[in-house]
Amino acid sequence: MRTTDPTPERSDDIELRLLLDAIFRKYHYDFRGYSMASIKRRLGQARQRLGCRTFSQLQDRVLHEPAVFPDLLSYLTVQVSELFRDPAYFRALRDFVVPHLRTYPSLKVWVAGCSAGEELYSLAILFREEGLEERTIFYGTDINPDALRRAEAGLYGLDRIPLFTENHRRSGGKSSLSDYYTAAYGAAVLDKTLRKRAVFSDHSLVTDQVFAEVHLVSCRNVLIYFDRDLQDRAVGLFRDSLTRKGFLGLGAKESLRFNRHAEAFTELVRDARIYQKRGDA
Amino acid sequence: MTAPRPEAVVVGASAGALDALSILLPALPHGYPLPILMVIHLPPDRKSAMADLLRAKCRVDVREAEEKEPIEGGTVYLAPPDYHLLVESDRRLSLSSEEPVNYSRPAIDVLFETAADTFGAGLVGVVLTGANSDGARGLRAVTDAGGVGLVERPDTAYAPIMPRAALGACPNARALSLEEIAAWLIEAADRA
Repeated sequence: MRTTDPTPERSDDIELRLLLDAIFRKYHYDFRGYSMASIKRRLGQARQRLGCRTFSQLQDRVLHEPAVFPDLLSYLTVQVSELFRDPAYFRALRDFVVPHLRTYPSLKVWVAGCSAGEELYSLAILFREEGLEERTIFYGTDINPDALRRAEAGLYGLDRIPLFTENHRRSGGKSSLSDYYTAAYGAAVLDKTLRKRAVFSDHSLVTDQVFAEVHLVSCRNVLIYFDRDLQDRAVGLFRDSLTRKGFLGLGAKESLRFNRHAEAFTELVRDARIYQKRGDA
Repeated sequence: MTAPRPEAVVVGASAGALDALSILLPALPHGYPLPILMVIHLPPDRKSAMADLLRAKCRVDVREAEEKEPIEGGTVYLAPPDYHLLVESDRRLSLSSEEPVNYSRPAIDVLFETAADTFGAGLVGVVLTGANSDGARGLRAVTDAGGVGLVERPDTAYAPIMPRAALGACPNARALSLEEIAAWLIEAADRA
């Protein structure tokens, strides 16, 4: 039966949906619930670079040429972060969260969507400065294996160090950032001891489950890529992972305002987007 | 051929933005019906005073965009510092911290390209003063989709590089003074 829809879906949008469906069925990466504007723009770039005229052609290649998928994945997941990005966030962690964390004999921290590890290493440095590192395990998870490899390596461009240093200073850093890296071959290599208590692993907020009980979840600038349903799922995972009165840090432009699990949290530091799980949640 | 009905306006500005926008935006009347989505290149500080500065001068509302908020008329949505601003196909706004484009985050190209994809011929793209070439590719996407391209006249712009690059990329775009752009936007809204 035919329906007469006055505004039929555009062909490129139909093709985009089919491409994401194909990627999910073949490779089990699920981007179907992501915000589409960014995905479409990125896949448009990939399409152009791979010499495809349409998303359908790109779908044909991704299904039949296994080498194409990792390339496409890098277009879909590229995230650029910094050490101590948003210094005010780390300052608020120091001032308002660390005093609570001090009361625990052992700690677990989960950086969800850790990309190349910048956020996790920032927390490791902060925890060392605050004397908490030795009792903490840091989990860094991401869906992109290439990002996880880069995170393990802890290698950043030397040209980024001035920014990182300034961020660290503004975050209330109690030491010099230069204590934590050595320069070699145009790159800054982070001190290996920072990696000692870090575990990087593959985990998807879209399709995987809770894997540990943690005291702090830091997940910044990840939820903005998700639609409402996925945001609900991710925050549900955080709630279930957090200990009683555990902490959740989000990105500067993210909030729990419209989230299904909002009532499980209280705002601890509003401007820094730091939440605390309720004792009864 | 009848002119397409405008549904939204996107604006990009860089060096000299505050002065230019202080002429353009206050000219818009209270109740101006079109939404205005805007990228201004600013330092990536978390707090920006730009929205407050402009709001104080304007009869339309000016504020920073929130992620996933629906686009409404009579409002100027400003990309927050250090985030790209994008338009979703359901006419909501979204933010992203993808890598900088043209060394900029937010980038004018990202807003213009995604807005052109959603609004097509119903979009008006405006490129103002600036000392780089962000916005040229984006404005081309706007005019390629059938939308209108307006560019601040390079000879009177504070920084002519960005307007020149936009005009170079878009043969169909019109070079106008800030006052003429304001008049054009008001008239376009009457057609809407």
